[in-house]
Amino acid sequence: MENTFDFKEIQGREERLAPGHRMCAGCGGTIAVRNVLKALHPGDKAVVGNATGCLEVSTFMYPYTAYEDSYIHNAFENAGATMAGVETAYHALRKRGRLGEEYKFITFGGDGGTYDIGFQSLSGAMERGHDFVYVCYDNGAYMNTGIQRSSATPMYADTTTTPVGSQSNGKVQARKDLAAILAAHNIPYVGQTTFIGNMKDLYTKAEKAIYTPGAAFLNVMAPCPRGWRYDSPDIVKICKMAVETCYWPLFEVIDGKWIINYEPKNKLPIEEFLKLQGRFKHLFKPGNEDLIAAFQAEVDKRWEDLQFKASR
Amino acid sequence: MSIKERMSGNEAVAYAMKQVNPDVMPAFPITPSTELPQFVANYIANGEMDTEFIPVESEHSSMSCAIGAEAAGARTMTATSSCGLAFMWEVLYVAASNRLPLCMAVVNRALSGPININAEHSDSMGARDSGWIQIYAENNQEAYDNFVQAYRISEHRDVLLPIMICQDGFITSHAVENIELIEDAAVKQFVGEYRPEHYLLNPEEKMSVGPYAISPYCMEAKRAQAQAMENAKQVILDVAKEFEAISGRKYGFYEGYCLKDAEYAIVAIGSACGTMKDAIDHLRKRGIKAGLLKVRVFRPFPGEEFAEALKDKKAIAIMDRCEGYSANGGPLGAEVTAALYRAKSHAEVINLVYGLSGRDLRVEDVEKIYENLIDMGEHGVKDDHYRYIGLRE
Repeated sequence: MENTFDFKEIQGREERLAPGHRMCAGCGGTIAVRNVLKALHPGDKAVVGNATGCLEVSTFMYPYTAYEDSYIHNAFENAGATMAGVETAYHALRKRGRLGEEYKFITFGGDGGTYDIGFQSLSGAMERGHDFVYVCYDNGAYMNTGIQRSSATPMYADTTTTPVGSQSNGKVQARKDLAAILAAHNIPYVGQTTFIGNMKDLYTKAEKAIYTPGAAFLNVMAPCPRGWRYDSPDIVKICKMAVETCYWPLFEVIDGKWIINYEPKNKLPIEEFLKLQGRFKHLFKPGNEDLIAAFQAEVDKRWEDLQFKASR
Repeated sequence: MSIKERMSGNEAVAYAMKQVNPDVMPAFPITPSTELPQFVANYIANGEMDTEFIPVESEHSSMSCAIGAEAAGARTMTATSSCGLAFMWEVLYVAASNRLPLCMAVVNRALSGPININAEHSDSMGARDSGWIQIYAENNQEAYDNFVQAYRISEHRDVLLPIMICQDGFITSHAVENIELIEDAAVKQFVGEYRPEHYLLNPEEKMSVGPYAISPYCMEAKRAQAQAMENAKQVILDVAKEFEAISGRKYGFYEGYCLKDAEYAIVAIGSACGTMKDAIDHLRKRGIKAGLLKVRVFRPFPGEEFAEALKDKKAIAIMDRCEGYSANGGPLGAEVTAALYRAKSHAEVINLVYGLSGRDLRVEDVEKIYENLIDMGEHGVKDDHYRYIGLRE
């Protein structure tokens, strides 16, 4: 696809997520939604969906909706199936001559609704090849219910269901690699991104995901100031460190071909990412050096694995 | 002109599905409703219908897809049984509260456990408070006729609620019986085109579906939904009248069999009513005034009409093919008894649980029930207000 990124033009596009919604100031989820929707070409019609979560309860609170497009929320675990139904209805109505206009379909779920409870629904919809984009705004925990661990939560994170205590160093397990699992569905497009470099990476991937025919999945790291415990303006720095440490590599899988979009010249130590966040504060206590080393080993292993996949 | 055929209940409903030819059908296999998506997939594969079929990965996704498709503006149907219906539970309520008039063919089967694949009403009875209209059938003919009427009821602008068209697993779904089908053109004309007022894919109007609603709004939404269920009563009767004009077959909230002058009545749902009618024929020959109220419509619950039809009966047995685990009887028992109380009925009432997990109900069993009713009504014999019949000793 031709690179159409023009920062001023894109940021000047009409907002499809109207202001006035009730998401927290500095919320990463909102940044993800606004910018993914900006990748819809002006004038193109769309139906937007949500899994239940912070996003849904804050953007469509009766009698107000923040969505400039048609929108559907069904439940927590079925954003994939719900949009599959909408997309199938679209084909049925067009086939029967009841709809002339073209539509695009984009649905958003948090990591809880995507990695965990909505995983089957997502997998089914992607396997069947419904022509829509599923965007996971991954903030690494169930933030809406008060910061409980999910399978997207990184190792050692302090959450309300993996609390740090005298007998606990936070979450025991490393996070699920959802983008790789979606790539294993052999869908035409999978992308992993976050907020970096004037949103060019996010915009480019969203545009590809939306305009590539067939099922597409986008995993967007979307920090949560409350859950990660950082000063809201630090979000840009956190995203940059996630990428520079290779905790959150930017990559895409196009028709089975793995592509790394950014390789840091000097891969930074994981502390640079961890130290910005209150949820990892305990790792920096004297005597916990081995925990940081274990975290680093996990990051290195995954990065090497990604490099191997991209080298084929 | 009607078409005389021989079909199983599933085949009959699938035939109605083909004639109605809705826009979208998501479905997932589960015994004994599996044949429905199979028939539909075959019709599509052979160009006999052109519904968009979605072979989903679970019943939860089946109902979720159906909600998405119906909200988008497509006439949508699905089918399920038993655990499949249970798996949909959460989103059944979402479909109803979003006022989506989709149609689901339910082939009634026992819920687990123990796992059992045979007829029981515990699946749809468990969903009785989910906001869906529920219409039940005794045989293949009624299942077919009810499906043909379904969208006219659910899509009516005074209603806009989803609808379950229920029949008994295996006993009717798999048994082949004679049937009179209505010609394609007459069915299509009767059902009509789907023209929703508000939907996601309306280029003229954007729409948001499925809000978070706080307390100042939520209760009103539920009250409006309850009103729609009340409105459904009249619509069901009106549609039945129109249906009679094209089919010659009469439908209402219930069928009374020898009911008017009966002194002793059974109230029941589904296929066992055929057995009961047989028993009544025997008893009537012996001069016993036995009758049957066969429930067709359970949601909305026509309590007043049932009580009116049962007034002046000496004793009534309410039959539940479903255990409610309330230690107080089954759901039909509870609701009919309440309706009788409000109507100040003086009848003796017992609630009998029968036929669980497909256990046969025999003509002799039914005759015994009427004998019990006579003992109660005539001789003042006391009986348990709730007990099982057909249980192994």
